[in-house]
Amino acid sequence: MMSNTVKATGLLVLVLVLLAGVPLGIGATGRYDIYYTLTLISLLAIASAGVWITFYIGRINIGQGAYALIGAYVSAILVATYGVSFWLTIPLAGLFAALVSVFIGVPILRLRGVYFAMVTLVSTEVARLSALALPITNGAKGMVNLPLPGPISLFGLTLVPDFGKLENPRLAFYLLSVIIMLICFAGLYRLVHSRLGLLFSALQQNEELAASTGVNIAYLRVIAYAISSFLGGIAGAIFAAISQSVYPSSFTTADSINFMLNCFLGGLGYVLGPLVGTFVLRFGWELLFQTAQYQLLIYAVALIALMLVLPNGLLSLVGVRRTGRGSK
Amino acid sequence: MSASLLQIDHLTKRYGGLVAVNDVSFDLREREILSVIGPNGAGKSTLFKLIASFVRPTAGKVTFNGEAISGRAPHVVARKGVVRTFQEATIFKGMTVRDNLIAAHHLMSRASLFGFYAGTSVARSDEAKFGASADEILAFLGLTDLANEPASTLPQGHLRALGIAIGLSTNPKVLLLDEPFAGMNHDETMHAVNLVKGVRDRGVTVMLVEHDMPAVMKISDRIVVLNFGQKIAEGTPAEIQSNERVIEAYLGVEDETIGM
Repeated sequence: MMSNTVKATGLLVLVLVLLAGVPLGIGATGRYDIYYTLTLISLLAIASAGVWITFYIGRINIGQGAYALIGAYVSAILVATYGVSFWLTIPLAGLFAALVSVFIGVPILRLRGVYFAMVTLVSTEVARLSALALPITNGAKGMVNLPLPGPISLFGLTLVPDFGKLENPRLAFYLLSVIIMLICFAGLYRLVHSRLGLLFSALQQNEELAASTGVNIAYLRVIAYAISSFLGGIAGAIFAAISQSVYPSSFTTADSINFMLNCFLGGLGYVLGPLVGTFVLRFGWELLFQTAQYQLLIYAVALIALMLVLPNGLLSLVGVRRTGRGSK
Repeated sequence: MSASLLQIDHLTKRYGGLVAVNDVSFDLREREILSVIGPNGAGKSTLFKLIASFVRPTAGKVTFNGEAISGRAPHVVARKGVVRTFQEATIFKGMTVRDNLIAAHHLMSRASLFGFYAGTSVARSDEAKFGASADEILAFLGLTDLANEPASTLPQGHLRALGIAIGLSTNPKVLLLDEPFAGMNHDETMHAVNLVKGVRDRGVTVMLVEHDMPAVMKISDRIVVLNFGQKIAEGTPAEIQSNERVIEAYLGVEDETIGM
């Protein structure tokens, strides 16, 4: 168990590296392409954090891509069709995804284990087909040429500049994604260490016992699933703004599977698990790019080996303090 | 005689062609310890599930404090004060012993879930209260030294005590104990018998299902005997020990099993 001072120092270093160290490093080396990779990792980590919460109540969620897609479309449609400020669409996309997940979650959260996993697995495909079919989503052509985020001003003071007028919008998107990711993980940390987290892990360990102590397990499961989908939705919304487009295939079943793998790889017992998992998986994939046709083979073997050797995730290696209540 | 607290009224549960519980009726009186006994497959566990409303009766009803509770969701029944523990060691394995109890204090919450997340003053006072109450229950059951141990590492006897402690954390009016002495040696059983008596002395009415006849005879105010889903006898331990239908049901093993 690490002391609080060590933890706080570690956190400060992480924040400094992400917000100052990385931009300085990239500025010095001129590798501006890394911004995009890191931005993407931040967004994928947010979505993975959502999946991690459903793991925390004992459900394997392979459907996060559906909510990311919903969030991306909600933001794109609000911005392009209704002229709503992008900044406002971030929470709206999250809330809409959460609302959808409540309707889907009420019936399917009664299922456990592989049955829940199977139902969630098809949901991304359902979302993709819906995006193709619905009149408002512009079908297979997708929503393109989305405007860049506008400025935020408060009492004439510009808090966030107009992304379209920036010299380096890639840096702006990077900072935006990293800051939102940090907020999400801070929220997740608080959740896990509050009574809500204790009740979530009670669900994971024994739903009948939790019910017998008076916990409304159906309600709590839906809450957890809605929080999970909220995170998927806001990740999708920011993704749409960065790529300035969204297509039915922006998030696919393969993405949903990756969100789940990120959690597994990082460690289900650690709040930072989904972040570490996403980083390693995504960077590992890009590093293997040079191995050309062997990329997928090496990647797959490495993944299997990692899961065999480190069943509790990469973070079990560092000995970061477990949440103390996570899965075994 | 104290007032009737919980009435089991012509309760029946069928699973397909099998009648697990068949037209069983009896009363549970305030602050008594009532044991339900019977050979394997007599329907004892099903009866418990029916009372705690984990399964729905085919016919009949359970009334608690004048209100029908059968068919309601288990957490609603728990909220009203009828709480069951489980066979074997059913606990939250990944938590410490103390966290098990803190989690189980849900019914005492005044703060909302969001309040707990935000850490409002109501939530903080709730949490302080849960902690104090958990510590008191741990001391009462002799688990204080193990408070911060992972629950999964406890030996069998302590696991049962923890199961009872989780039940007590809900501040129940009726506690249903499912085989609380199973798998215990003589000393552990005697210790557990005293614990259950202590639970009753706290004002909790106790109903238990148990196979350990000497313990049942020692602990019970009254006993209900089931056989093939039907109630065949009801009475004090002395009455049950001399009841011919009961002896018949346990025929051949009465000497050892009924403890005569």
